[in-house]
Amino acid sequence: MEYLLEALNVTKIFGTLKANDNVTLKVKPGEIHAFLGENGAGKSTLVKMIYGALQPTSGEFRWMGSPVTIANPAAARKLGIGMVFQHFSLFDALSVAENIALAMPGDFDMAKLSEKISRVSKDYGLPLEPTAIVADLSVGERQRIEIVRCLLQEPKLLIMDEPTAVLTPQEADQLFLTLGRLAREGCAVIYISHRLEEVKRLCHNATILRHGKVVANVDPTKETASSLAKLMVGGEIHVVRAARKDKGGAVRLKLEGLNLHADGPFAVELKNISLDVRAGEVVAIAGVAGNGQSEFFDAVSGERSLPRDAMLLIDGKPMGYHGVNARRNAGAAFVPEERLGHGAVPGFRLSENVILTRHSSDEALVKSGMMQKNGASGVSERVIKAFDVRKGKPDPEARALSGGNLQKFVVGRELDRKPGVLVVNQPTWGVDAGASATIRQAIIDLARQGSAVLVISQDLDEIFEVADRIAVISRGQLSEAYPSSELSAEKIGLLMAGEHETREMAHAARA
Amino acid sequence: MNDQLLSIILTIITASTPLLLASIGELVVERSGVLNLGVEGMMAVGAVCGFGAALTTGSPLIGILAAIAAGVLLSLLFGFLTLTMISNQVATGLALTLLGLGLAGLIGESFVGQPGVKLQNLDIPVLSAIPFIGPILFGQDLLVYVSLAIVAGVSYVLFRTKTGLIIRAVGDSHQSAHALGYSVIGVRYLAVMFGGGCAGLAGGYLSLAYTPQWVENMTSGRGWIALALVVFASWLPWRLAIGAYLFGTITILGFSLQAIGIGIPSQLLSSLPYIVTILALVVISGNRALTRANTPACLGQPFVPDR
Repeated sequence: MEYLLEALNVTKIFGTLKANDNVTLKVKPGEIHAFLGENGAGKSTLVKMIYGALQPTSGEFRWMGSPVTIANPAAARKLGIGMVFQHFSLFDALSVAENIALAMPGDFDMAKLSEKISRVSKDYGLPLEPTAIVADLSVGERQRIEIVRCLLQEPKLLIMDEPTAVLTPQEADQLFLTLGRLAREGCAVIYISHRLEEVKRLCHNATILRHGKVVANVDPTKETASSLAKLMVGGEIHVVRAARKDKGGAVRLKLEGLNLHADGPFAVELKNISLDVRAGEVVAIAGVAGNGQSEFFDAVSGERSLPRDAMLLIDGKPMGYHGVNARRNAGAAFVPEERLGHGAVPGFRLSENVILTRHSSDEALVKSGMMQKNGASGVSERVIKAFDVRKGKPDPEARALSGGNLQKFVVGRELDRKPGVLVVNQPTWGVDAGASATIRQAIIDLARQGSAVLVISQDLDEIFEVADRIAVISRGQLSEAYPSSELSAEKIGLLMAGEHETREMAHAARA
Repeated sequence: MNDQLLSIILTIITASTPLLLASIGELVVERSGVLNLGVEGMMAVGAVCGFGAALTTGSPLIGILAAIAAGVLLSLLFGFLTLTMISNQVATGLALTLLGLGLAGLIGESFVGQPGVKLQNLDIPVLSAIPFIGPILFGQDLLVYVSLAIVAGVSYVLFRTKTGLIIRAVGDSHQSAHALGYSVIGVRYLAVMFGGGCAGLAGGYLSLAYTPQWVENMTSGRGWIALALVVFASWLPWRLAIGAYLFGTITILGFSLQAIGIGIPSQLLSSLPYIVTILALVVISGNRALTRANTPACLGQPFVPDR
């Protein structure tokens, strides 16, 4: 048996879209096999088929040399295939042991299982407390549950879908040690990631997918990050140019001791956040998901009003009590994380979506309560042109656009106003490299024209590309904002883990 | 005085049992993530079918089975609409209540005024002869014991068995449960049917044991109290049992106090269960640990598998 798993000429069609077109992937035992491609290239589709969550339209899978049909995830687990999802399949209200029990076949013996979890998790350097409730755990710990859940089934093949996207650099290092050990023990790993440096460091083999087709199979250790990127995109990537700015613009967005209680059982409380964003600069907020980013965005955008008016100042005016529209009228613009449903109404046309965020600030869009359709179409066409939004018809519904194109549109809609203050949450989440570069460039350009820009992101590469200063959010607290030249990924990692809670530590990280 | 107290306690038990039966079923339904507001309707149909079947066959036991079957059938309609056709659970539940009440009135038209068949008390020999506690503990009808056994069973299954873990998991995150390969829709169908059976049984209890006759609207809002009870009990079976007896006590005390001549407006008394529930909700929602551990996160959310 040379190969553990072979996917031979697999095709998967959704409606008219060929998500996978004649894809062949071969994985050897003990190999860490990277699976690369842009968003929408079809990586997730293929691994979902391997895990039995989807069925191929045509083609075949071979497991240890013989043809198999993987009818459902249970069948996949029976073969020895485990998967760690990008979006965890965990149950917040249940304990660690209960979460794992749900994926284990056979007897239901919580005591025995808990003992096993403690043993295996310690053994692989992924310590877990079986009785802890998932909702109380950090994202890194949650991922450990997923991994331990797979390990307990002694898998022969482990699929990891963007595992490090949610981890601090230190947590990622620990994960690499674990994966290395698994590979030495003979377990194969399919590793999906956008982080090419990481792939070079960890993986033995890489299969690259573009528009649903395999375009290359390479040894990543012999490639450079840019040669891998070129294979993924099929061309050169525009390099974001951040003309360094001169310091000392006026403070346009000021947060002063911002406190906000948690508004739900799983929400994060914001504690004493202070930050100045000056004209001409981009300040980025780094942090692992779920540390208060969405609460922070809601507080800054006015979706939740603040306990004191002076906690938030826009161009010197206290706006803490004011809602989203008042803050927009004061010259601010906001782009939330979720583009469909939050940033745009799925069933509304693009021009109507323009009116939704700009009706109060743009007189050309609404006159005496009547929508000005021509004005709206004008704005919408301008945005579409400036950001190269690709669409099927002239003024489509928001839901008809692909994620990346809609993201370009919702960011572009706000940038088009030339706001004095821009707050963006995850500006390029789920957007491919080309579109990301466009959006990031536009953000920097806006700042250079005298606006204050605040970017909330979990992508460190993005942060280093756009930010002049970087602050880190951890458990609802914000660190000091350091000039980005003074921070390395390592130091940000320490801050993400929450070490800024003492001032000395912060200064140690800075040194 | 003793006799009076005894009779009050006995009435409290019979008044509490239908509330407990209906709400324990709804508790399981909600634990699986489905909100079925049609309890009142399923109870009404259960009551009339139980009454009719017992009247025709002369056997209260067959009446009980018919009541359960009627509740299950109606809940299957709810399941089909909300789980298979993904209709809105709140709207469908409300419609189910209206449908159930209307249907019960239609079916029961010829039963109005007819003397019913009463489910006899068990009166366990010797034991039930013990003064005072004998009739309370050993002289009840079968369904009183059954209702408590169901609570014990539900509590055991939910928190001690894998089946229960799966029900709770489906209610907490249907996406995750689906990803692990569990049949979300299947589990919810079974839960909804269990809830329907319990509601039907509760209705049957009203027309076979509580007041053995058929009167239109005889459920008189008990289905709504059952729904409130589930929230009041923060989705915990034994707390639910305590709540059901508490609500039963409130209702009966109201009648008794009026009988003695203490003037509390009956409207106030009949609204007490809801007031207590609202207070309980306020207390619960202020308590992070309580809501997080027990409120099914997917309650009322439709599930559409992505494939």
